[in-house]
Amino acid sequence: MRDKAAAERVFEQVQAAARALGVSEVEAMMASGNQALTRFAGNAISQNVAEQSTLLSVRPAIDGRTARASTNRLDADSIRDVVEQAVALTRLSEPDPELLPLASPAEYAAVRRHFEATARTTPEERALAVSEAIRVVEDAGQTAAGIYSTGDSTFALLNSRGVRAWYEESLARFSITAMAGDSSGWAKASACYHGDLDPPSLAHSAARKATQSTAPRELPAGRYTVILEPAAVLDLVGQMFGDFSATAIRDGRSFLNDRTGRKIFGDNITIWDDAVHPLQAGAPFDGEGVPRQGLTLVEKGVVRDIAYCRQAAAQAGAAATGHGFPLPNEYGEAPANIVIAGGDVPVAKMIAGTERGILVTRLWYIREVDPYEKIFTGMTRDGTFLVEGGRVIAGVRNFRFNQSLIEMLSSVEALSPPERASGEESFDMVAPAMKVSNFNFTEVTRF
Amino acid sequence: MKELALRALDLVARRGVTYADVRVIETRERDVSTKNGKAGHVSSSESMGLGIRVLAHGCWGFAATDDLTGAGVEAAAALALEIARSGTAAKKRDIELAPEERYEATWVSPIRIDPFSIPVDRNLAVLLAVDAELRRNPRINMAEASMHFERKRQLFASTPGSVIDQTRYLSGAGFSALCYQGDEIQKRSYPNSFGGQYQLKGYELVEELDLPAHAPRIAEETVALHSADQCPEGRFDLILDSSQLGLQIHESIGHPIELDRVLGSEANYAGMSFLTLDQLHHLRYGSEIVNVVCDARPEHGPGLGTFAFDDEGVPAQRNDIIRAGQFVGYMTSRETAPAVGAARSNGCMRADGWSRLPLIRMTNVSLLPGRQTLDEVFDVEHGIYMETNKSWSIDDKRYNFQFGCEIAWEIRRGKRVRMLKNPSYSGISTEFWNSCAAISGPEHWTLWGVPNCGKGQPEQVMGTGHGASPSRFRDIRVGTAYAG
Repeated sequence: MRDKAAAERVFEQVQAAARALGVSEVEAMMASGNQALTRFAGNAISQNVAEQSTLLSVRPAIDGRTARASTNRLDADSIRDVVEQAVALTRLSEPDPELLPLASPAEYAAVRRHFEATARTTPEERALAVSEAIRVVEDAGQTAAGIYSTGDSTFALLNSRGVRAWYEESLARFSITAMAGDSSGWAKASACYHGDLDPPSLAHSAARKATQSTAPRELPAGRYTVILEPAAVLDLVGQMFGDFSATAIRDGRSFLNDRTGRKIFGDNITIWDDAVHPLQAGAPFDGEGVPRQGLTLVEKGVVRDIAYCRQAAAQAGAAATGHGFPLPNEYGEAPANIVIAGGDVPVAKMIAGTERGILVTRLWYIREVDPYEKIFTGMTRDGTFLVEGGRVIAGVRNFRFNQSLIEMLSSVEALSPPERASGEESFDMVAPAMKVSNFNFTEVTRF
Repeated sequence: MKELALRALDLVARRGVTYADVRVIETRERDVSTKNGKAGHVSSSESMGLGIRVLAHGCWGFAATDDLTGAGVEAAAALALEIARSGTAAKKRDIELAPEERYEATWVSPIRIDPFSIPVDRNLAVLLAVDAELRRNPRINMAEASMHFERKRQLFASTPGSVIDQTRYLSGAGFSALCYQGDEIQKRSYPNSFGGQYQLKGYELVEELDLPAHAPRIAEETVALHSADQCPEGRFDLILDSSQLGLQIHESIGHPIELDRVLGSEANYAGMSFLTLDQLHHLRYGSEIVNVVCDARPEHGPGLGTFAFDDEGVPAQRNDIIRAGQFVGYMTSRETAPAVGAARSNGCMRADGWSRLPLIRMTNVSLLPGRQTLDEVFDVEHGIYMETNKSWSIDDKRYNFQFGCEIAWEIRRGKRVRMLKNPSYSGISTEFWNSCAAISGPEHWTLWGVPNCGKGQPEQVMGTGHGASPSRFRDIRVGTAYAG
């Protein structure tokens, strides 16, 4: 599905097959992608892969019923087969009195997130960038591991009511871990244009952290002031956005069950969902083809907007916000383009203003402990430091935390300017670093 | 499929590779779920594609495609070779593989009832019956139930001449109930959390689980948790049910014994391992009653890690990992086996589909049953029994872990005396396994499926198997998650 015309041709076949079965209401999602990833470890390229993939997914709506069938084959027989599968599943499914007719056509915000040069990056180009980054870490007497990925994807959503949503995106990611004898450092970045990434600079940053954290001290568990770099902020704070969902609240599974409109975070916490933010990526429409609206999720600590898919909006008498997942699903909707307002205190200044605290590069294996108090556990990783007297003075052994997000976002003392940040536990977002008081470290590990 | 695989193999074999293999995979899946009296997710999917892995210029190259035309396969073959050549820009040594025999084989995982022969409306009827039972309790806010079925046929062909045709059927089913009340959300699941039980079986798994029969108890426990006491903080003798123990094995034994992690391949993402090479045959991993195997053979049971051959054509094997408490083995591949002086891979390379490269993955990593009766396992003066996982986290070298469970009971003199909510426990992997004091016998042993194990970049999601029976551990730190 390299272009809109090809998607339209496939959809004509989908509609024809559906009509032959007496079905007029039908939606199709089509996706294609070329992704490549060069992985390195032990200062050498270790795994080096590329994949090309296709998806056609068909959803009819018949007498209040709906179901989905998908294939990765686009020959005429396969298209007819997948439509027959979808129709058969739908007819055997249970009717849903709240199922709405398919979405109507809409205008979508124009975003430019596809760069041909990024899509066409060659294995050699990735290998050269990787070898340069490895050299930086090797020169520091350390061992490097990481990835450099590039690729592009297209996504089309069409339906028999005239929705014609099309999105294309390229994406590059570079991440690197530098390992010294008893310490490590990490850095990562992602961008729609690979030229916005700076692998040598990321390698220097990771190597510097590994050097600074050698011979880590063991500190006791307890409450500490922490400075969370943006990747640590997004990986932890990112765990709560699935709850900003009308369906989650209706189900009783959201921590916002009785908290919308209430001030639950500090005055300095404001969070938006903004699909067209220049540092964001992703389609400007949702899984039914509804345009994504901007949301003010949190304003000066007060929970304001929540996301509504079409069905949740109809139940609540509200407008759909364009955050619905493809139907049928159990989870409704969630914001996906998070922008956390920042402040004017860069990390260096946070450190300079800290008498005693812990600087955290990255968090790992974050899992929910308590769904209502929004307590999460996880570990620090790859660059955890003791700050004393306004300076980073040593690396420390990694901590386990058990921390309520409500408490944490009520205890933010300073924020840095926000940036596009990338972690491993949540999706990329625009986030600042945060200085947080009384962060709850409950255990210390062996390294 | 065989013709396609051999054609793809021929395209790279003629261009000077040291080694190559091709996997052509055809997958069919069905997902059915319900929520609060309505159909939730009803879907099916089919996928077919191939992955070509080449070893050339001393480097690996891999390319995958679902364009199975002649031109599409040729492009993938050329790309795999180009990628391998690019690896020479950052190469330390030529990749070498441990030797392996050539095999021609066909294997289909045994099932009694083809899950795809059961119509979707019958799936929904079972799930809606469970849903109705759960919501018969008016304090249940959300009832969810689901089934998942999968059939994956893989044709593996390699340049040494192996041609292996394997078909694996997988089924999964389970349900959960949620109650929101006051300032608390509580949840219970059956037979396990996060989707239930998964095995290499047909629809007979759903029948064996008898989902509706367990719904009233689960609903009742969900509601009762709201009035239960908070699990205390302190050190206790801890008894774990077999499903939670299965996940404990997965995180604190299964991942640390992956030799690629030990050697640093996963350092940037999944992490490394405390089981450095010097620990092999020297580390006391557990108490003397702890025996753990990694066993992919069908004889071990219908686990998610059961197969006839791994994804680089090595036959399924059983290997001791912990023997009478002593650490004696890693999971290896053809590339890594020589690092531990092994003459041959022990067959743990698995990929999650045609588009991904095989990695060292758990097969069935199981704690062998012990000799105690269930009464003997529970025979403590004062302890805590925990059931069904709720949260799980472990550091990137697999030392420090913390698990939360859905429900617990205080045990006094071998008897349950009160229900406890929000239980959790934590510790250091080797200290935990060395504290193992009792393991119940084979009649209580269950082979659990973990369907969602993530590893690799790009990430792959793999199903793994873990056999365990309820067991007791001495002096474990409890209640950490709510401490402070």
